[in-house]
Amino acid sequence: MSATTEATLPQDPNVRGDVSLDEPVKGREALVRGGHSFHEVTEMVLKVNELPVAKTPNGLKFGIALGGAGFAMFGGYIGYLFWMGPGIWGNNNPVGWAWDIVNFVFWVGIGHAGTLISAILYLFRQKWRTSINRYAEAMTIFAVLAASSCVALHTGRIWMDFYLFPLPNQMGLWPNFRSPLEWDVFAVNTYLFVSLLFWFTGLVPDFATLRDRARVRWRQLFYGMLALGWRGSTRHWVHYEKAYQILAAFSAPLVLSVHTIVSFDFAVSQLPGWHTTIFPPYFVAGAIFSGFAMVQTLMLPARAWLGLKDIVTVKHIENMNKIILLTGTLVGYAYAMEYFVAFYSGNEYEGFTFINRSFGPYSWAYWTMVSCNVISPQLFWFKKIRTSVAWSFVLAFFVNIGMWFERFVITVTSLHRDALVSSWDYFVPVTEVFFLLGTFGLFFFLFLLFVRFFPVIAMAEVKSVMPQANPHWEGYGHGAGHGPGQTAHASAAHGAHS
Amino acid sequence: MAQIFPKWTNETPRLITVGSLAGLGVTIFALYWWGSPWNTDVGYGPKQPVAYSHKLHAGDLKMDCRYCHAYVERGPHAGVPPTQVCMNCHKQVKKDSPALELVRKSWDDGKGDTSIPWVRIHKIPDFGYFDHSAHMAFGTGENRAAVGCETCHGRIDMMEVVHQNQPLSMAWCIDCHNDPAPSIRPIANITSMGYRPDNMWKDKAQQIAATLHPPGALASAMRTTADGKTQTFATAGCSGCHR
Repeated sequence: MSATTEATLPQDPNVRGDVSLDEPVKGREALVRGGHSFHEVTEMVLKVNELPVAKTPNGLKFGIALGGAGFAMFGGYIGYLFWMGPGIWGNNNPVGWAWDIVNFVFWVGIGHAGTLISAILYLFRQKWRTSINRYAEAMTIFAVLAASSCVALHTGRIWMDFYLFPLPNQMGLWPNFRSPLEWDVFAVNTYLFVSLLFWFTGLVPDFATLRDRARVRWRQLFYGMLALGWRGSTRHWVHYEKAYQILAAFSAPLVLSVHTIVSFDFAVSQLPGWHTTIFPPYFVAGAIFSGFAMVQTLMLPARAWLGLKDIVTVKHIENMNKIILLTGTLVGYAYAMEYFVAFYSGNEYEGFTFINRSFGPYSWAYWTMVSCNVISPQLFWFKKIRTSVAWSFVLAFFVNIGMWFERFVITVTSLHRDALVSSWDYFVPVTEVFFLLGTFGLFFFLFLLFVRFFPVIAMAEVKSVMPQANPHWEGYGHGAGHGPGQTAHASAAHGAHS
Repeated sequence: MAQIFPKWTNETPRLITVGSLAGLGVTIFALYWWGSPWNTDVGYGPKQPVAYSHKLHAGDLKMDCRYCHAYVERGPHAGVPPTQVCMNCHKQVKKDSPALELVRKSWDDGKGDTSIPWVRIHKIPDFGYFDHSAHMAFGTGENRAAVGCETCHGRIDMMEVVHQNQPLSMAWCIDCHNDPAPSIRPIANITSMGYRPDNMWKDKAQQIAATLHPPGALASAMRTTADGKTQTFATAGCSGCHR
């Protein structure tokens, strides 16, 4: 590598350091900037975790309190729902599914980014995933919990929810295994369980680090229990790597299957607007789209506030934006294809549904969805925009809004024009906004607690993609590196030692 | 560095595994059997206000069940007899027995207006529709048959104090509706106790079962399974019993 590459490397992690284009493989940008040592990475990541409880930063305290208040409000709302029944919602004939299902699909969609990042990108050896996988997985789990609470609450008789599970009972009754709603129960539960295992497995070595650094008894016990006796021996690492790989192989198909089954909730019914074969891939693309947007929304403030800009660099942001652009375009294609199929089928009911969708009483929702989901991510074709933190945050936020509206459009506009004109109706939410806010409360409460007490970056894995982890790394004492896999950045950082 | 955890904690993975498996087993057992009517209801035989013996009346004296439970073939309830029915005999028989004190008080020379507070034993919930008469005769023409009293109530002729013999759970209903043939008998034998069908009737019962229709359905919906049983689609419609 030439000396010019070192000279041109920007120090600001918010500016891409694409260097050494004459050597596209070796000259790849370092995944961790700033020339940190392993120890510095540990210090950086654990800084917020290791603060004494009383010294929790005020912003985080406020966030946890706000999330907790939202969560408590959600508890109250559930009690109210339990007492009054689903009549407190605007759901009625013909719109029998509304915000309850919209919120469910919204949250379960968000939950798809975590496993995609941790499983599929892992199996494809995308090393940049290590900087973002931990909180993407945490986000997944909390999002799936929020989704489960929506779907468990929408049944109306909440105390009968155990009917969803095939439990032996004196009634001789079993769930209807021919119903996609039943498949959904299994899909979501499997997803939650596997994601939780995956997340936890990855956390074990980092918990051990926290345990070993702990100065207080309760922290030693707390992290010690979570670390499961991890000592970091080679045998442990061999088992860890195997377990991680197996779990990755388990979760990879789940990324595709879970939202496919969620889409079956709609597609298997015979309602125009729902009964569409394009739904499974369309829903999966939408789920990844919304999940990545939510990761961006959470990640961009977090990296600034927690001082993790050197670990989550603009390269990560740009990669995420590329996936948002890809999946956003796929979603746009699916929207267009729905119209084409409606036209090409020649079916007047199908045709009416889609014309009504864009020009009927809910056209405002439809066009909100299109502008947020189809138009806004297209701006990411511009390198200036997709490498800009501010733009990324704003556009990701638009995508979050757009993806909520997508579910609203699919669910409500397809239902509100029944086959019988006399039953046509216009759905208006009553108290549902508290439902949505409550799920956000649940989500942020858990997520911020996670940020406070668990390492938000997979330290052990990030270290493994740093130049020091390369067996051929000869940074110390050799000046400009020459080993294979040597990164431009490593030489910049450690050349000074020679 | 000092050890954080004592040595016994090495056993926790095993303890957790064994403990959670055992916990799961106990939970399933508790819900499935211990909390079910097989455990909670079968054998329920409360003390009645009058020490009436079914063993004496229905067993030794061979009185027909329908003498007292007169509406069983005509209405949804078999009916608890009014005091008058007791007094039909007990005006002459054992008319001064101290055991019948409450009965005489209730009757009061035909002018009494207090009922004997019998304690109800067999009860299905209000959301389950049940009609005795539908079980006392079904099928048409040649295929007329019935379910006997003892099939659901057990050997009443042997019970000093009546107790619940069957769980009356939904699965119990459905099991019979899915394979009614072994439980049906000729109408003449409705009240027989200890009835054993002969082989000819067993074949006939299969035939009859195939003509039946599930609760609430107007058409026959029977099918023969691979092992030769006749099944109703009793479970095909919830509204047969949950109307």
